[in-house]
Amino acid sequence: MIYRETGQFKTTYASDQQLFPILQDRVFVVGALAFAFVAVPFLASDYLFRAILTPFLILSLAALGLNILVGYCGQVSLGTGGFMAVGAYAAYNLAVRVPDLNLLVIFVLAGLCAAVVGVIFGIPSLRIKGFYLAVATLAAQFFLDWAFARIKWLTNDSSSGSVSAPPLDIFGYTVHGPAQKYLLVLAIVSVAALLARNLARGAIGRAWMATRDMDVAAEVIGIRPLTAKLSAFAVSSFFVGMSGALWAFVYLGSWEPLAFDVNRSFQLLFMVIIGGLGSILGSFLGAAFIVILPLALNQLPTMLGIPLSTAMISDIEFMVFGTLIVFFLIVEPRGLARLWAIAKEKLRLWPFPH
Amino acid sequence: MDALRRPVTATFLVLLVAAAVMPMVLGQAKFPQWLEVALGGLLTGVLYSLVALGLVLIFKASGVFNFAQGAMVLFAALTLVRLMEKMPLALAIVLTLAIMIGLAWLIERLVLRPLVNQEGIVLFMATLGVAYFLDGFGQAVWGSDIYTLHVGMPKEPKIILEKVFEGGVLVDMEDFTAAIIAATLVAALMLFFQKTATGRALRAVADDHQAAQSVGIPLNRIWVIVWSVAGLVALVAGIVWGSKLGVQFSISQVALKALPVVILGGFTSIPGAIVGGLVIGLGEKLSEVYLGPAFGGGIEGWFGYVLALMFLLVRPEGLFGEKIIDRV
Repeated sequence: MIYRETGQFKTTYASDQQLFPILQDRVFVVGALAFAFVAVPFLASDYLFRAILTPFLILSLAALGLNILVGYCGQVSLGTGGFMAVGAYAAYNLAVRVPDLNLLVIFVLAGLCAAVVGVIFGIPSLRIKGFYLAVATLAAQFFLDWAFARIKWLTNDSSSGSVSAPPLDIFGYTVHGPAQKYLLVLAIVSVAALLARNLARGAIGRAWMATRDMDVAAEVIGIRPLTAKLSAFAVSSFFVGMSGALWAFVYLGSWEPLAFDVNRSFQLLFMVIIGGLGSILGSFLGAAFIVILPLALNQLPTMLGIPLSTAMISDIEFMVFGTLIVFFLIVEPRGLARLWAIAKEKLRLWPFPH
Repeated sequence: MDALRRPVTATFLVLLVAAAVMPMVLGQAKFPQWLEVALGGLLTGVLYSLVALGLVLIFKASGVFNFAQGAMVLFAALTLVRLMEKMPLALAIVLTLAIMIGLAWLIERLVLRPLVNQEGIVLFMATLGVAYFLDGFGQAVWGSDIYTLHVGMPKEPKIILEKVFEGGVLVDMEDFTAAIIAATLVAALMLFFQKTATGRALRAVADDHQAAQSVGIPLNRIWVIVWSVAGLVALVAGIVWGSKLGVQFSISQVALKALPVVILGGFTSIPGAIVGGLVIGLGEKLSEVYLGPAFGGGIEGWFGYVLALMFLLVRPEGLFGEKIIDRV
């Protein structure tokens, strides 16, 4: 009844091509953003910021990047953790070696570094595809893991690659406290999501999707596989690298290469599959799901009065993740985002479904 | 051996051999030490082949790239080691095998059948889910401590060729026994594939699902059989790796070492898994010993991948793989 586009005529090209063509969607997005920026900082507790909201937003950004590569361009990557590490260590090096650099500039440059590395490791995608490519990106993961643990220059000669981030200074103002960190991350992630949505609906996004659906056919109709695939790697790694820098600077504070190991790559892939391949919203839903699920699993046995050891809980977490992946691939291959879309379709016709 | 006649493959192997003997040419190493390292590498390579073999078997028969092979190795080893606490070895092995067959049946029923006709990459991600489930399930049921597995494999290293070189060459007898076990397993699998009716049916399914089905080969049963065989291979790999490293979570990571082996050897080739394993094992050990110090050590972790990747850029289907032809 409320969610209906009747009477919303698109009389200009601009109105036909806008980001959210339906008024209710616009209202919803603006409302959600306003809520996140204005209301949440007053409502949420420190624990909520620190344990859920900040990691959720940062991992959403990484999932968004991975989704561009896997969901939009169809190139499976298991090296996401490695690219996050590139972002994190690039940001660290910039902060340490170039004094007085603006933090936002550092984040963007870190993303660009990750993009360059991503393109280099994306080159094999021109020759190989499918799981061959998945294995090739694993090579990136292991190589980068090794590089940050062993090459002393990259970590400013710290032992075993463990480093600490400098204080977060932006325009002479130091960001501290969970709520402020949350706002910083939220601002960056909102801009990134807007950017991603614009890219995905534009010419470059359509080139990615054509490559994903059938690369040979895409080539026949004039899409260069080289530019399409490598631009997907670049954009994806840019977002992933930025999220790596945020994860290291804002969430962890001090870290070592182990924070970005192959399990991080799998975790991000799971977010993308569960959230929905080829969907911006899906990246957020998947990240929310995977951040909240372990916390819920930790709480549940205590609430039900069943005492479980921590080892048991982590085993159960593994089992639940595995089962969910298979479940989603079988029942709803397009993930939570598809469920959301179905709900919206239903809402359009409600209460008169015929 | 058609593959050896291809110029690319031949060049690659020649280059590899040249690179392998390089330390001696440059005077970095003497022959006995080099031989020791090389032998160690080859024996480790055989162990990688053992895991790679499971991957290739499943890929050949069902087109699924089974990421869960490593988890199956861990699960089999854990099951065996815990069952051995309660019963004699032979009985425990039989029971573990029965459990692995049951697992194969469950995977076929619950994961593969609903996903039939899906793209390869979807099935790959499904096996990623299976891997996670098995890792969690195995440790939840059998415990997550480190267990030692004693199946009577010799632990003492042995010195051979003492008469030829001064000091002789040290050989890890455990690896050597494992290599013999692996060779026996490969020979048995070859016989099974070539000489039995089931083996022929498996090869038919590998060639063409639809054609195989139309001459009356039951696909579902073939898949159960192939996953059971992969379970058997996983059990053997689990015994070998388990008695070498102790049964613990990290042996499921061994599968990650087997991935470059299969992409180097080709997904569809059993000889490819063996040769790939030998190449990767040899390359890893030699590079670690002779190149490692220059890079700061620890390059074992990625050397195999980079080696495989470089070859892939030249020949995307691997050393022995069938040529992939894309049709629109």
